[in-house]
Amino acid sequence: MGVEGIGARVARKEDKRFLMGQGRYTDDMSVPGMRYAAFVRSPHAHARIRSIDTSAAGDMPGVIAVLTGKEMLDDGIGNLICGWMIHSKDGSPMKMGAWRPIAHETVRYVGDAVAVVVADSMGEARDAAEAVLVDYEVLPAVTDAVRALEAGQPQLHPEAPGNLIFDWQLGDSDATDAAIAAAAHVTEIRIVNNRLAPNPMEPRAALGIYDSAEDHYTCYTTSQNPHVARLVMSAFYNVAPENKLRVIAPDVGGGFGSKIFIYPEEIVCLWASRRAGVPVKWTSDRTEAFLTDAHGRDHVSTVKMAFDADNRITALKVDTIANFGAYMSLFSSSVPTYLYATLLSGQYAIPAIHANVRAVYTNTAAVDAYRGAGRPEATYLLERTMETAARELGVSPAELRRINFIRAFPHQTPVIMNYDAGDYEASLEAAMAAADWNGFPARKAEAASRGMKRGIGMSCYIEACGIAPSAAVGSLGAGVGLWESAEVRVNAVGTIEVLTGSHSHGQGHETTFAQLVAERFGVPIDSVSIVHGDTDKVQMGMGTYGSRSGAVGMSAIVKALDKVEAKAKKIAAHLMEADESDIVIENGALKVAGTDKSVPWFQMALAAYTAHNLPSGMEPGLKEGAFYDPSNFTFPAGCYIAEVEVDPETGKTTIVQFVAADDFGNIINPMIVEGQVHGGIAQGIGQALLEGVHYDPETGQLLTASYMDYTMPRADDLPSFKVSHQVTPCPGNPLGIKGCGEAGAIGSPPALINAITDAIGNNDLTMPATPQKVWAAALAAGN
Amino acid sequence: MAKVAMTVNGRKVSRECEDRTLLVHFIRDQLSLTGTHVGCDTSQCGACVVHMDGKAVKSCSILAAQAAGAEILTIEGLAANGELHPVQAAFKANHGLQCGFCTPGMVMSAVDMINRYGARLDEKTVRENLEGNICRCTGYHNIVKAILAAAEEMGAAGRQAAE
Repeated sequence: MGVEGIGARVARKEDKRFLMGQGRYTDDMSVPGMRYAAFVRSPHAHARIRSIDTSAAGDMPGVIAVLTGKEMLDDGIGNLICGWMIHSKDGSPMKMGAWRPIAHETVRYVGDAVAVVVADSMGEARDAAEAVLVDYEVLPAVTDAVRALEAGQPQLHPEAPGNLIFDWQLGDSDATDAAIAAAAHVTEIRIVNNRLAPNPMEPRAALGIYDSAEDHYTCYTTSQNPHVARLVMSAFYNVAPENKLRVIAPDVGGGFGSKIFIYPEEIVCLWASRRAGVPVKWTSDRTEAFLTDAHGRDHVSTVKMAFDADNRITALKVDTIANFGAYMSLFSSSVPTYLYATLLSGQYAIPAIHANVRAVYTNTAAVDAYRGAGRPEATYLLERTMETAARELGVSPAELRRINFIRAFPHQTPVIMNYDAGDYEASLEAAMAAADWNGFPARKAEAASRGMKRGIGMSCYIEACGIAPSAAVGSLGAGVGLWESAEVRVNAVGTIEVLTGSHSHGQGHETTFAQLVAERFGVPIDSVSIVHGDTDKVQMGMGTYGSRSGAVGMSAIVKALDKVEAKAKKIAAHLMEADESDIVIENGALKVAGTDKSVPWFQMALAAYTAHNLPSGMEPGLKEGAFYDPSNFTFPAGCYIAEVEVDPETGKTTIVQFVAADDFGNIINPMIVEGQVHGGIAQGIGQALLEGVHYDPETGQLLTASYMDYTMPRADDLPSFKVSHQVTPCPGNPLGIKGCGEAGAIGSPPALINAITDAIGNNDLTMPATPQKVWAAALAAGN
Repeated sequence: MAKVAMTVNGRKVSRECEDRTLLVHFIRDQLSLTGTHVGCDTSQCGACVVHMDGKAVKSCSILAAQAAGAEILTIEGLAANGELHPVQAAFKANHGLQCGFCTPGMVMSAVDMINRYGARLDEKTVRENLEGNICRCTGYHNIVKAILAAAEEMGAAGRQAAE
């Protein structure tokens, strides 16, 4: 590896602009004539709109337009859609209710848009929004998914009787039931996965610019996948044809899944820009973000895990109810199905698995992918069950996992996935050594002498990343292909631009992707620029989520680099009158192996563009593109250990150490990968100890709509983390990469809860494990 | 409307603005200094931290008019002659930022923290003093490392200058 190549801890190229206040986020954009949008939002969780009176608002100072859902419908703007088809076990397609960008008859959650005001200033737009009079007929609401399935509950969509979107299953029900009936031991547990708000620090924003002369639209938006946004807004929402719609996602301040989806606001800004004849910018405030950004998780499950007399798992049966909120968000249906039930085998050889999942409408914000998306839910369920079983069986948690680890690869699970490579024992051992697992009893005794309850817990997670191959996800219902594209342009002076369909919103692509090129051609990373996030520059791409930018996005770059290298060698061979098979690329020069003949990289590039002396028949220029579609998902895995102290007087949990041992396959920039793990763990700890979205069950009011009410992890809630990597290269892509973006959030919640329940001697504990809950659980256990 | 004058990053500025204009909006919208960010609406996240007369303030929690006559330093004014301030350099060296959105506020809070504590900073103190700045990307691990590294370097530089 060179100092800037694969495996080097290169400081990030993009940092300087962020550190100097020169990052350019959507809300930083201004264009001549730009005006501001403010939305009128429903204060009710469920209501019929009797009438909307915009006359007073329209007369307010600075107001340019007040627009409603009726006008949007008249203009033919389409319904928002969910792009992943799921069929119920009776064969019927999922029941998707209509989602209007601006509601015109019924509102279904607090925050549903009912009108938009465009005005000269943000203040004037907000003042006028408050003057829009909406007459509502308030209807009863239901926020809890289990309750929403019961008879006699409020009904959200006529398309979905009983609020049931689908009743889906995966696996062999009969074999699973038979194994449970024949088991030596069955562990049963009810698992609640708490609802979370993703909370990227940059609130969503959109700037719509309509050019009437060209009949062309430009949209700046906070998106993880601007090309998918353009595709969906064009093909389904009828905003504009693709060649008349440019979508730009500039610097984006975090996403964590919540900025994958196409929301009503960017559609409205584009449409309103044409309607009002001015560029229109909307920026969410934090309360709007809590109300309208897609939430994550919110599962309730019952679990049965069967063991034989040797403590080997013989079957797993899971029944899950998933809260989808008021509308089906873009990828919502994939989350509790093919991103969840397919991972229920975990790191274990389980002969029979059956999962049943019911998806349910409620009067709450939409629920969709949030960091990990389905895999944290599977891991939390499985790893709490394993820990519970170990306690019931009187086996150490590590031993129970070791007995059941998959040790031969490839391994076909009973729930679709074919694991290609891994070494689960290696991560388990690394984590236990780093945590000094064997020294725990002494530390526990010492803590007890201070009146503190000390506990230790582990979690062995696996996830599936890349969210590809396209044909596989297509067969499972995905409406899009999930490949990635890249284009490598070598300029005449030898500098290089890499255009990618991946999108960086914190992941450091401008550095990591440049390292790939530096490694290949021996050029400095400063001579490599990464271009992304603009549909006018990059032809097509599927964006960044599912830890796919390394495994899929960088693999596309490798394919394009292969083509560039082949042509570069041909040119160099011609210039040096050598055989192209003898050309090697080293330190920025093309050399004839075994001789002192060489051509500098820039000279070869110049030759490609002057075209004065190219091999016969070769086209001038040096630019190559590639699309890459992988052959399988990738399977990062690892072991996390949390050690906590609980103060029995207050119930407060202190994390005394947190250890992560991850196998992400090969790693390009370890510094960036460690940063991804740190951030993921912080979000996982947030879920386990602090965070939870709460709605009032009767009125459907969101009770956690600001940072005063929703507990974000802060610096003094967290420890420093001990992180290590074990490496089994992924055989499925050219770089051997598995992906690292979501692991931290997937592996950490069960480790934390297993540690706390170990400390207090009571397994009956739900997330977030607040001091009040922990104190009550410890008390109930007589501790 | 009111005419508000102040000094921002060493430059005297004067703008007409609505009475209700917050300092953060004055900085972002009137002065086009968009490095100072808005991440919440309850003065919790700290993305808007600037220095006012040498002390860190959340610019979302005061009116522009309250800053009349003050010396304001924003993230854009921290680096001298294009050279990163030691705190900015430490954030880069320690990978203390990912998406960059909370970063300006983090850096301005860190500078203020080092000004107040100097070499007495330790991990616990840094974590307690970052209570008013929320980051969703880094888990704070590398931010804490960066601030401690910067404090050490600035302390060493200060000692050298004194010697």
